[in-house]
Amino acid sequence: MAGPGADMQWCFSQVKGAIDDDVAEADIISTVEFNHTGELLATGDKGGRVVIFQQEIENKNLPQFRSEYNVYSTFQSHEPEFDYLKSLEIEEKINKIRWLPQKNAAQFLLSTNDKTIKLWKISERDKRPEGYNLKEEDGRYKDPNSITALRVPVLIPMDLMVEASPRRVFSNAHTYHINSISVNSDNETYLSADDLRINLWNLEITDRSFNIVDIKPTNMEELTEVITAAEFHPLHCNTLVYSSSKGTIRLCDMRESALCDKHSKLFEEPEDPSNRSFFSEIISSISDVKFSHNGRYMMTRDYLSVKVWDLNMENRPVETYQVHEYLRSKLCSLYENDCIFDKFECCWNGNDSVVMTGSYNNFFRMFERSQRRDVTLEASRENSKPLQVLKPRKVCAGGKRKKDEISVDSLDFNKKILHTAWHPQENIIAVATTNNLYIFQDKVN
Amino acid sequence: MSSETPESDIQGDYEAEKQDSQEKNASTMKVEEAKLKAKYPGLGQKPGGSDLLMKRLTRGQKYFDSGDYNMAKAKMKNKQLPTAGPVKNLVTGDHIPTPQDLPQRKSSLVTSKLVG
Repeated sequence: MAGPGADMQWCFSQVKGAIDDDVAEADIISTVEFNHTGELLATGDKGGRVVIFQQEIENKNLPQFRSEYNVYSTFQSHEPEFDYLKSLEIEEKINKIRWLPQKNAAQFLLSTNDKTIKLWKISERDKRPEGYNLKEEDGRYKDPNSITALRVPVLIPMDLMVEASPRRVFSNAHTYHINSISVNSDNETYLSADDLRINLWNLEITDRSFNIVDIKPTNMEELTEVITAAEFHPLHCNTLVYSSSKGTIRLCDMRESALCDKHSKLFEEPEDPSNRSFFSEIISSISDVKFSHNGRYMMTRDYLSVKVWDLNMENRPVETYQVHEYLRSKLCSLYENDCIFDKFECCWNGNDSVVMTGSYNNFFRMFERSQRRDVTLEASRENSKPLQVLKPRKVCAGGKRKKDEISVDSLDFNKKILHTAWHPQENIIAVATTNNLYIFQDKVN
Repeated sequence: MSSETPESDIQGDYEAEKQDSQEKNASTMKVEEAKLKAKYPGLGQKPGGSDLLMKRLTRGQKYFDSGDYNMAKAKMKNKQLPTAGPVKNLVTGDHIPTPQDLPQRKSSLVTSKLVG
């Protein structure tokens, strides 16, 4: 895949979802994830539903006809529940979806809400049997006395049917809210992380789970930080990382001990204590951590920036990208409207040369690592003519606002892009606004 | 950048620039902090603070008991499906319902709007 050059441009491809402004809570998109080939794109929403889109490849030889994503399957993954012991509602909102690498004809994904992880099997059926001996075609049983001969039922083609069925339910292992799931490269185990603990599961076994990280203090008054995200290394099955609300990342090696409370590496950028303010810790909280595809780097997202870390260097990131630095002078109001607690995700492109993350006003940002170029783009219905090239946007931090710039005070903080995903091989991206899913592709010259 | 500049100088420049911007950032944030303290004088002395963390851990709507929860769900369900029969719609939260009065507690039967 050619890396994006300085003149890379993005075009609108598709948008999914309702146009009306009145957004039902259930329609709020809560996670977006491509599978390992990029052929399938899954979304989860606050209503507990999963929608899977499939890339339909038409005319792969003619580059200007880029493939479209159409609905492949949709199902209700989680339902709202009630914790009778604590009288607390358990939301059906899908926090994360992670695909398993494909092993056979069926596709598998893990989806999780706050408390329960489910393994879903998505399989295709395009043939059905006809000519049963004991049943009529409509299913009614024949009178056995009327049967005089035996025949072998034959399989005849039928319209493609895609079925989703829950194969495993992994429940009752988390006291706190699950924020992450990650499939191990061994393809046999996966981790689930909540605010204070990380558990290791075997994909086949639902009644047992091993606790590998536990940061719960004996006395809850001493609680100083929580786990915000966790991920397995893409290549080394013994390595995992987890990030905290204090802006630190810990790398653990499961070979060292059964309980990985003691980290192997601690990644933290030092801060001058005199620079600390009420807001420092809040904005340093890491909302997402992602390994690069090659496993040499990891990226973290905190409120104002994206940082790329070399796994061999713990004392500071190798790259820091400012997402929306102009918000630093608005922290007071962002605290009051709770936006300061928004959890933005981030993602790598297929060859780890570009990183992407979302912002407010339906803006999203891309940072090209080697050339140090960045761009701000917008996902909006106004720029949604087929193959329309997206115009870079600019926010004016203060002073004289140039034409086409937007001033910080005009930004819509209700329009946030928290979830984005990049196709693992091609320059196709999926960007989720509150209730719409946008698909963009690079302009093919 | 000149190729004759020794590495240590570049490193020194980088460190100095970083410190400058860190200090500038810190003063911006301190201004914001002052604004916040002016509005909410009682706000936690500890920065970030375990109050925020505890709130995070216990996130989730609390109900008095499962009955309260089911009534609230029924009320929401009736709002979402206005055509679901007139008589049943009236029985929510105003008096103790009998089992026949409560609609079936099933979650959203509506397909996601992302589909078609």
